[in-house]
Amino acid sequence: MASVDPTDQFTIAGADVGSRLILGTGGMTSPESLASALRASGTSLATVAVRRVDPATRHSLVDLLDGLGIRILPNTAGCFTAADAVLTAKLAREAFATDWVKLEVIGDDRTLLPDPIELVAAAEQLVDDGFVVLPYCGDDPVVATRLEQIGCAAVMPLGAPIGSGLGIRNPHNIELIVEQAGIPVILDAGIGTASDACLAMELGCSGVLVASAVTRAQDPALMARAMCDAVAAGRAARRAGRITRRFVAEASSSFEGMVAPGGTGGE
Amino acid sequence: MSPGEITVNGEPAPLAPGATVASLVATWCRSPRGVAVAVNGDVVPRSTWERTPVAPGDVVEIVSAAAGG
Repeated sequence: MASVDPTDQFTIAGADVGSRLILGTGGMTSPESLASALRASGTSLATVAVRRVDPATRHSLVDLLDGLGIRILPNTAGCFTAADAVLTAKLAREAFATDWVKLEVIGDDRTLLPDPIELVAAAEQLVDDGFVVLPYCGDDPVVATRLEQIGCAAVMPLGAPIGSGLGIRNPHNIELIVEQAGIPVILDAGIGTASDACLAMELGCSGVLVASAVTRAQDPALMARAMCDAVAAGRAARRAGRITRRFVAEASSSFEGMVAPGGTGGE
Repeated sequence: MSPGEITVNGEPAPLAPGATVASLVATWCRSPRGVAVAVNGDVVPRSTWERTPVAPGDVVEIVSAAAGG
């Protein structure tokens, strides 16, 4: 896969994840367009929600992801309490035979911002129960550190509210989280377009989760490809080490040996 | 709810004699793949579906994957 550099593996809880772009599956209009976006993204890991079965549904999301060789990352989307999130995670483990969970505990249905108190409580219970917990959290460096101390395998701070497309509202906080973390930081929520994903990687995130920005784009497969390229570019730029920002110019061409028409050719 | 009824995914449902979690899943799902079940708030491991009876009044949740971020 072009998006994966074999010399720069992305690992969570000791497992090689593959692509640094994780895709959310919500918001797509048809299974066919979801499949083409997943393919174009080069992703190795995609999130799914856990919901009551609908006997009328003809297609299986699990079969679709399996067919593409994409690993399932169940989420606890829609849960407002630690108890609900823990039960949902346990159902997901049974349904998909994975102990990985993207833990979401929402505190407010208008902003969909995470509830840090319920989140920490749920994370503690799930870590104790052997889950590999990837919590969706605010961009608060203190909460991120607490989640790491509990034993979470990664932290997933938001850039902006879910589905808002507002990008990374507080890049400095994301940098602080990255700087303090000993576990992968995956930017989750708020990505609107490719430059946002690229910035997340330049700030030092280990990966990016994108859902609405791809699934609700006018051409989801093309946006998925753009996100793939953006994540790869941002990661490369981070590893390459950017130049220091300067207040005034610094010439990149040497002044030495400059011609001096009508003069002596310098002193 | 009448004596022979259970609740499945929030709706009242008749309880067949001898019903187990496995027989409920067979009724409700096209395939048991990617499905999980909780009875009265406790997850029932797949390996025990065949031998887990469902009793009148039980509250059953049958879930699977749905598109989501």
